[in-house]
Amino acid sequence: MRRVLAHPSLVIGLAGTLLFAVIGLLSMVWTPYPIEQIVVARRFLPPSPEHWLGTDNLGRDMASLVMAGTYTSFLVAAIAVAIGAGIGVPLGLAAAAWGGAVEWLVLRLSDFVFAFPAIVVAILITALIGPGAVNAIVAIGIFNIPVFARVARGGALSIATLDFVAAGRLAGLGNAAIAYRHLLPNIMSLIIVQGTIQLSLGILSEAGLSYVGLGTQPPETSLGLMLRDAQGVFLIHPWLTLVPGLCIVLIVIALNIAGDGLRDAIDPRLRQGETHVAS
Amino acid sequence: MGGGWEGGRSAPSLNLILFALRRFIGFAATLFVAALVIFYLLDLLPGDPAQFILGISSTPEKLAQLRSQMGLDAPAHERFFGWIWGMLQGDFGTSYTQRAPVAKLIWDRIGVTLPLALFAMVISMAVGLPLGIIAARRRGKAVDTGIMILAQTGVAIPNFWFGMLLTLLFAVVLRWLPPGGFTPWHEDPLLAFRGLILPSLALALPQASILARVMRTALVDVSGQDFIRTARAKGLTMGEAVWRHGVRNALLPVLTILGLQFAFLVAGTIIVENVFYLPGLGRLIFTAISERDLVLVRGATIILIVAVTATMLVTDIAYALVDPRLRERGAP
Repeated sequence: MRRVLAHPSLVIGLAGTLLFAVIGLLSMVWTPYPIEQIVVARRFLPPSPEHWLGTDNLGRDMASLVMAGTYTSFLVAAIAVAIGAGIGVPLGLAAAAWGGAVEWLVLRLSDFVFAFPAIVVAILITALIGPGAVNAIVAIGIFNIPVFARVARGGALSIATLDFVAAGRLAGLGNAAIAYRHLLPNIMSLIIVQGTIQLSLGILSEAGLSYVGLGTQPPETSLGLMLRDAQGVFLIHPWLTLVPGLCIVLIVIALNIAGDGLRDAIDPRLRQGETHVAS
Repeated sequence: MGGGWEGGRSAPSLNLILFALRRFIGFAATLFVAALVIFYLLDLLPGDPAQFILGISSTPEKLAQLRSQMGLDAPAHERFFGWIWGMLQGDFGTSYTQRAPVAKLIWDRIGVTLPLALFAMVISMAVGLPLGIIAARRRGKAVDTGIMILAQTGVAIPNFWFGMLLTLLFAVVLRWLPPGGFTPWHEDPLLAFRGLILPSLALALPQASILARVMRTALVDVSGQDFIRTARAKGLTMGEAVWRHGVRNALLPVLTILGLQFAFLVAGTIIVENVFYLPGLGRLIFTAISERDLVLVRGATIILIVAVTATMLVTDIAYALVDPRLRERGAP
């Protein structure tokens, strides 16, 4: 714990992330107003004690929408990270532990998936089953798979030559046992750091996909969907655009700072500082 | 790591040619499998294009006739290879909602999407690379911190939201540029260009931020290398050494990122087009989805994948060409 507190950026990043996560989770049990409550007479109200962030073009309470939207954005991105890590990490470990044909196959597969930007996957799924939050989850999740596979393989390869792995082999452990017992625990920190980065990218991607109508659909809401709803009136009522946009920026900055801090706290040698960007 | 950038500038070796050839085969294989996935995914869809064209008043005989005319009654694998063969000859099929060749529809839209992606790329390099170099040269100083905070913020801003902010500032408050819409190039190139300024700025911001960070990291890494020390020992100042030897070596990792970025830029245009009501590939695809025009959807998605894959191929080969270490070994 003291080691964590020694990294101020980690503390700030985690605190910011937690704050937004709590706001999002709170929306599951309580929002100031029901998000689907449309009161046309009370639309475009400025912030007031009654409506902290004002009301939108349908008279819905902006603060309530932001809370629920934050929840959706986090949820979509988190499930996508779980999909990416759940499939990508075993693939990467298998590539490192078996090598040869397995490794070749995993690398080609991840090259192949890289050819499908999240938006293309979302377009295909939407053409297939219609729009919905699930599309965004699957599209971002698929994009995450090769990212985690590469990180896991790279990390595993760098420790596969160490003595304790050789000792495991001498003790008669098979590739699967080596991967699970020796490689996985040692790359966990790498995976967590990458997970933070992909979480922030996932929130950005969800916003983009929902904004063009490929993601979350009403009556649900997400920060990206709020921007889509505000699109028609944003020149006259920029406030409706500023609020959800700023939320996205703050969440992503908090996550990125937390990720950077985490990397420094876990292993200063891992400073590489680069990320991929999903659209 | 080690060795200068200028060492051994010989003709492309056999290794390099073999490397390029292998990459090209990989490129072709990726496209083939991607086409396979797209074709069969969309083939699963319920709905009958012939029914769509004829409407609900059609008779079963007319329907059957049109189906065979459109080749819809052939087995799936025959239609798949027919589609591939057609595309190789530039025929992407006919859109049944727009009643026009898909190739022409896509080509018209690429006139917006491609320049947009290219402008954004140029802007992001022009802004991101110098900032990265300055930050690395002033490492640990206030300038460095300032640039890195800017970059940290830049990557966190969704490009389409930034586009909205730009519109508010430049189109509504200052009234310098149009808020949206597009004049075709052949009508007025200058107006067409003006219409793309704000969208390309919006697209460029996150990319410039990433480039600045990559450039800084790469340059800081390279600055500790032996050949910089050698250059310093020869009497060059640190600035000269970094400029003549460091930047060129640091450009290698930057090149890889540029390749990836172009792919994301093409995908990003689809979203940013929406903010500015630009008639690009994105609009075409979204209309096609809502009208269930699958011939158009699969044509447009395969074009996007070609753009992404081709960029990565070019990046790989360019990397091998500029990095003498790769040129000798033949593969990374």
